[in-house]
Amino acid sequence: MTIVIGFEGSANKIGIGIIRDGEVLSNPRRTYITPPGQGFLPSDTARHHRAVILTVLKEALEQAGLKPADIDCVAFTKGPGMGSPLVTVALVARTVAQLWGKPLLGVNHCIGHIEMGRLITQADNPTVLYVSGGNTQVIAYSERRYRIFGETIDIAVGNCLDRFARVIKISNDPSPGYNIEQMAKKGSQYVELPYTVKGMDVSFSGITSYIEEAAHKMISSGQCSAEDLCFSLQETVFSMLVEITERAMAHCGSGEVLIVGGVGCNLRLQEMMGVMCEERNAKLFATDERFCIDNGAMIAQAGWEMFRSGQVTELEDSWITQRYRTDEVEVTWRD
Amino acid sequence: MALEKSMAAIPEFLSKAELLKQGAEARVYRARFLGRPTIVKERFRKQYRHPLLDEKLTHRRTVQEVRSVLRCRRAGISVPVVYFVDYSSHSIFLEEIVGSSTVRDHIASSPPSARCEGLEPLAERVGQVLARMHDEDVIHGDLTTSNMLLRCGPEDGVSELFLIDFGLSYISALPEDKGVDLYVLEKAFLSTHPHTEALFQRLLKSYAAASKKSSAVIKKLEEVRLRGRKRSMVG
Repeated sequence: MTIVIGFEGSANKIGIGIIRDGEVLSNPRRTYITPPGQGFLPSDTARHHRAVILTVLKEALEQAGLKPADIDCVAFTKGPGMGSPLVTVALVARTVAQLWGKPLLGVNHCIGHIEMGRLITQADNPTVLYVSGGNTQVIAYSERRYRIFGETIDIAVGNCLDRFARVIKISNDPSPGYNIEQMAKKGSQYVELPYTVKGMDVSFSGITSYIEEAAHKMISSGQCSAEDLCFSLQETVFSMLVEITERAMAHCGSGEVLIVGGVGCNLRLQEMMGVMCEERNAKLFATDERFCIDNGAMIAQAGWEMFRSGQVTELEDSWITQRYRTDEVEVTWRD
Repeated sequence: MALEKSMAAIPEFLSKAELLKQGAEARVYRARFLGRPTIVKERFRKQYRHPLLDEKLTHRRTVQEVRSVLRCRRAGISVPVVYFVDYSSHSIFLEEIVGSSTVRDHIASSPPSARCEGLEPLAERVGQVLARMHDEDVIHGDLTTSNMLLRCGPEDGVSELFLIDFGLSYISALPEDKGVDLYVLEKAFLSTHPHTEALFQRLLKSYAAASKKSSAVIKKLEEVRLRGRKRSMVG
């Protein structure tokens, strides 16, 4: 029996979760939400995390009904992500690991998403679409690495959506992407927007700058409503994502797709991916907001796999890094 | 009446043809057209896309593909001959390169003795062909080893390397676009064929030697490589 606690706070969500042999015992989380029109800055985010992290830690232990002595390993997000929030969380993880006398494990955030997705959905060997505010990658496992087949060559799809939300000043509660999704349901007119796929890669900076500039003009001139733009933006960027996922599947001969990351909560994206999968007789796997959105349990799960395959992070190697590629990690727990 | 009849003709023709594969973009059939072995590439409607977006994209890609193939052909690069294009069904009728296999299968397949061409000379040849294509300012847009065909010549004969699948192609003189084109190939190459870094370097060397405008392109390639790693996580 192995019990791992995972600490996650690489962006505006701070979550701590506990996993025991594939069972999620607790997974509390808090989100730093900024006023409409504003994004979250590193220092403010770190401040938010510092203010709540010990409360969340207590909740995680209480909800799991465990004491520190019961924990076997302390996992935390090593990267990628925002600098000061990562440091804040790593600091607490290092401290409790030393206080409780438990080994530490620095986990790659992207791999946390993948391993949680695999655990919850039991997908065998899927093509993974990892989409969030900070990352957009198409990943497939091969020879002990999660290889990146396609990715954004500039910004993440979630970033594009978040920035558009700021332009039209919609609420960031519970998340800008969620509110764009709700507004998109009320949109009906399709407005042509730049569509950029380069082989297996995508580019969102073009459509972002286009829509940031043109949104107000289009809305005030009555050409279309904000809802229409939300709708058109989703249809366009999600089509791009489904396209590169399908290319990767065709290239690898894969019959399964797993969507992970905050943008993976979006039901329209899941619907579109589902249609593509059905056409190819492939299976779609997705999780709900508990596990799509950054959470502590996913770090615990990846940590559980790494720990069981013999990995441990020494204190002097427990630094955080803002840039940490998914394919840098040796996946020792799979063959 | 006549229009409806002609619009129904292509789907009817394809229903009797042999479906070879269903790629991400299109269905590929084998048939005979005008008495010749033909490959028909039919870009079908993607149901997950909004209809207006789908029509615009599909049409654009059909046009781009045909234009680029013709441009390459005029420059002496080995590409299939275009026999016919139908814009209502978005179908392209192309010469079938009989007796060929993809470069991907070639690299992945077993003992060297079974191959008609060793891997190093093959990499050099690919570099040369790509250099010629880029010198024509054609950006392939989807370079992978699945989009290159090798037709073995007779024993000791020269084998021919074909480029196919120009659906994402466009015309550009910019070193940036050519660099990205090579970057797409590098990533596809290394992720599909692990531990072939040296082989790819051979390809690039051959490209640099064969292309008149290569130094700017290679420089851009190096920049684009770093971009993947330095990507900012903040919006």
